[in-house]
This record gives sequence, C-alpha cells and structure tokens, in this order.
Amino acid sequence: MISNAALTDLIIKMADDELIQGHRNSEWTGLGPVMEEDIAFSSMAQDKIGHAWALYRILHENLGGEDPDRFAFMRPENAFKCSHLVEMPNGGYDFSLMRHFLFDHAETVRYESLHNSSFEPFQQLSKKIKGELKYHTLHANAFIMQLSKASEEGYARMQTALNDTIALAAGIFEPSAAHEETLIAEKVYPGEKELYHRWLDRIYPVLVKASLNLPDMNTITPVYGGRQGFHTIHLAPLLKEMGEVFNLDTEASW
Amino acid sequence: MMSATITQEDVYHALEQVMDPEIPVLSVIDLGMITGVEITEGQPVLVRMIPTFAACPAVSYIKDNIRTVVEKALGVAVTVEIDKQVHWESNRMTATAKEKLKNFGIAPPPVLEGDVRPEIMLNTPCPHCGSEHTYLRSPFGSTLCRAIHYCKSCGQVFEQFKPLE
Repeated sequence: MISNAALTDLIIKMADDELIQGHRNSEWTGLGPVMEEDIAFSSMAQDKIGHAWALYRILHENLGGEDPDRFAFMRPENAFKCSHLVEMPNGGYDFSLMRHFLFDHAETVRYESLHNSSFEPFQQLSKKIKGELKYHTLHANAFIMQLSKASEEGYARMQTALNDTIALAAGIFEPSAAHEETLIAEKVYPGEKELYHRWLDRIYPVLVKASLNLPDMNTITPVYGGRQGFHTIHLAPLLKEMGEVFNLDTEASW
Repeated sequence: MMSATITQEDVYHALEQVMDPEIPVLSVIDLGMITGVEITEGQPVLVRMIPTFAACPAVSYIKDNIRTVVEKALGVAVTVEIDKQVHWESNRMTATAKEKLKNFGIAPPPVLEGDVRPEIMLNTPCPHCGSEHTYLRSPFGSTLCRAIHYCKSCGQVFEQFKPLE
C-alpha cells in the first residue's frame, strides 16, 4: 500500500508548479514579442493549467482531496508547494524563455518517469501529458538556439538568463525529507536526485548546440524552500490576483 | 418508446451528427474521440469519450452536445463519461477526417510510426497548393491542437492539426 500522505505531497508540488507556471505564462497574453510568441505562451499556459487541474482531480478522486477549484484557489500561501522558479515575475522575454526551457525539460523527465509508476493514475496521465510536452520543449529548444546564435546581444542575454535561472531551476528537484524514501521504495517515481541527473542530460546537448555554457553545477546551490511552504515575496500577490474572481463568490457554479 | 430496439449502430450513427465546435466539418467519430458505447436495459445509454488535448476547453461543451444530440435522435436518456483508460492520439483520426480537414484548409497530422520527432513537423504539405516547400512557424496555433506553418510556394500561412502520440 502506497502512503497517501507521500503521494499527496508529490502531487501537490507537481500541480502547484503547473498552476503557477501556467499563470506566469498567461501573463504574456497580449504582450509577446511577436504574435506567434504571444500565442505560444498562451497555449502553454492553457496546457499547464489543464495539467494542474488533472492532478488536483487525481487528488480529489483517488486520495480524498478537496474539490480541484477550491483547492487551487482557497489555500493559504504556506500550503502551496511550488518551486521558487515558477513564482518569479516574468521579467524580460529572455528570462521567461530560459525558465520555460529549464522547467519544461524538468517536467518532461518527470512525466516520462511516471510512465511505469506503481500509482496507476499517474500512468495514464503521464502518457497524455508527455506527448503534449513535446511541443513545449520543441518550442523552447528552437528559440534558445535561434536567439543564442542571432547576435552578440542575443547570445549575451541568453547566457545571462541561464546564469540567473539555473540555481532556481535546480530547486525544482528539492527532495521531501519526510516522503522521498517511501516514494522511491514504493516505485511511485525514481526520486528527485535521479530526475535531476536525467534533466541535466536533457538540457546539456541543447545548450551545447546553442553554444551556451552550463555553469559548473557543483558550485550551484539549488534554491530550496518552496516544497516546504516557504515562498518568495512574489507568490502572495500572484495568489491574490489568481483567486480574485473565484473569491468573489466561492459557492458560485461556473 | 424506441429504447428496446436501439442498437450500438444507431448510437454511432447519431454520433456522426456531433461536430467539433472548433472544426465544424469533423464529427466526434471522425476525430476518434468515442471509445465505447454501452446499452444496458433500463439504464441510460452510456457513451465514453476522450478529449484530444488534456486541457481542451471544448470538452464539456462536446460532452453536452453528445448527450443532447443522441437523446434527441434516439429518444433515450444518455450519459457521457470521460474514459480514463484510453488517451487520444492523432492516429485515431480516420482517413475521411483527414481529407475533410484538408478541404477545410487545415493540414492533417501525418500517420505516426513511433514517437513525435521535430523533423515530422517540417515540410508539411500545404492544404491550399499541395507544396511541401513549407516550414513550421510555431508549434502553437489558434487552438491547442493546431500548429502554424508557412508555404513558400503560395505564400500562405496555414494551420495544421498537430500529430500527437
């Protein structure tokens, strides 16, 4: 029997990452540097919020969790388990693009790893999401390469964006002190350490093609805390904005 | 009441009238969205369906449409369920559907043999002039299931229904 508490912890952190990253992506709607990018970020926002909803629904239907909408919008800040990476404001297109590249490859290795998870609902979901994520990483890879090779300025900005996001991105793989061993032993997933290494193997070849230098990961201190409910100053205002309409009438049926 | 004599075939036939709201020339049958129909004496007809993309915003609309169209056509109660055991892949789309899609001006997805690789998104035949002198402009289009391409022969931007594993 897989521990419900361990599964719940894993699902919440995955879902909260998707929800918050989805909202950050949606903030590009109407503001993208070119129309196709506006559309791309909006589409990826829709995908990610949909993935969050699917995960909250698993929590609701399989593990006795709350209704997905209420769960998404009515929790206090410290009940969120998203990583600091996704909380950061969008910044320029360079920062947002690099975050999207690092985050979507992390998601890809995570969902691929769930293909044979001992927790059955993960199997179906991972197959569905994995195919969709291919388009997210196809988009990210193409733009990382194009912009890095476009001009000196483009190259410098992409390298700076990478330097600025890498420690935050490494923080995606913060293991749970309480549940990590159980989840690995029960074969729910291979664990954060393993995913971290698979992620590095995935991003490295693209960065090489783009001639970008991955900082020495041994000198990087991953930004942890989000998974334990400790957040940056950017999350609270985002949650307030996200829940603004829902909280006008929490009993309304949509 | 007709309920005693309703067959699966009747239900599938009625489902051919349920069109996709975003691509009105394609029915839920053409798209391969129906995974099963169950008829049990004394119970509503059960139709199982799957969305094309997980976050497709049209799913509840399509669900309602399936229910109302089949109920109206056959005069029986209908329940529509999302099938969690099957996931949609573009290979589920029928050949007829692909032809209709092309005539509607959207390039159909190629038949997938194995995984989606970036290369298969290149040189997609233009639905307007048939040229393969095209390139992928963005893997995201006006709906989640579409990508944007550009045809260098006829100079038109066109959309494609994306291949999905």
